[in-house]
Amino acid sequence: MTGSSPVMTICAVLFLALAPAAHAVSNPSELMADPKQEARAEAIGHQLRCLVCQNESVEESEADLARDLRKIIRSRVLTGDSNEEIIAWMTARYGDFVRLRPPFNTLTAALWGAPVIALLVGGGAVVLARRRRNPAPTPLSDEERRRLADLLKS
Amino acid sequence: MIDRTIKRRLVLLSPLAIAAAGGVGFWAMLGRMRDGTFDPRGVPSMLIGKKLPEFSLPGQPPGAGFSSADVLAAGRPVLINFFASWCVPCVIEAPLLMRLHAANTPIWGIAYKDKPDATAAFLKRTGDPYARIARDEPGRVAIDFGVYGVPESYLVDRTGIVRWRWAGPLSEDVVAQQLDPLLRKFA
Repeated sequence: MTGSSPVMTICAVLFLALAPAAHAVSNPSELMADPKQEARAEAIGHQLRCLVCQNESVEESEADLARDLRKIIRSRVLTGDSNEEIIAWMTARYGDFVRLRPPFNTLTAALWGAPVIALLVGGGAVVLARRRRNPAPTPLSDEERRRLADLLKS
Repeated sequence: MIDRTIKRRLVLLSPLAIAAAGGVGFWAMLGRMRDGTFDPRGVPSMLIGKKLPEFSLPGQPPGAGFSSADVLAAGRPVLINFFASWCVPCVIEAPLLMRLHAANTPIWGIAYKDKPDATAAFLKRTGDPYARIARDEPGRVAIDFGVYGVPESYLVDRTGIVRWRWAGPLSEDVVAQQLDPLLRKFA
């Protein structure tokens, strides 16, 4: 950060902190008239992957396809489709890939099971390590105790 | 006692075995990425083995458009190719499509989110390999196909079942290894 003063850095940090959460709905005409419905549409859009940029949700992406999908979500919210129906409509066309939170099935079992597997492996390792630790030392013999007492005295 | 040490060794070796299995899997994945049979960013098509979506689209003037019923009526496998004048990979695959066209493969084009004039200029420049051309300016039919970029090609058999989809420009290898055998199989 050559040439930037601490004041500038603080300003930048403040600016970033105050910036609103990422919403690509930069065009107000995209918003639904009813804020409740708009909130529902946004919640659905946040669960869907933009197929073009892939690490953004449909709601955040500026891609043409994402805008089209946002429009479809809103038109279906308007006609009264449930969230599940709308997501099912999307997965019928783009598969589970379109869901940012993949469902649990044979393909994703390893993915969802990874935390459990990690816990089992880690827990097993801890148990093994504890078992391997040397047993408590044998008590001192009378001879040793006498010697220790002598040593401590001197 | 010996039995216990063997057991302990096995337990200690199991993380190594898991790591090794992971490594082999990763190596296989890299191999498939290199020869193009696996694309981690690729979106698998939901249409394979299913009926093509119903649609009816206007044509590129002066030609008439086509509908899903027309594809069925073709009586032979049809390669549906989504393209656009603004799409660079479409320019790359154009010569190959011309060659397929010359070899009597029916290619039906769908111009995606493109203006008629721009499409016409594009076809004049790169050649027109299409038996028929429809226009999907809103891009809505493309969504029903599960298109997420252009070009994309779908092989539809004579009964209207989608047999194959390729996202991205076709290459000589893809045509020789995947498309040609399927064209022969469903001819």
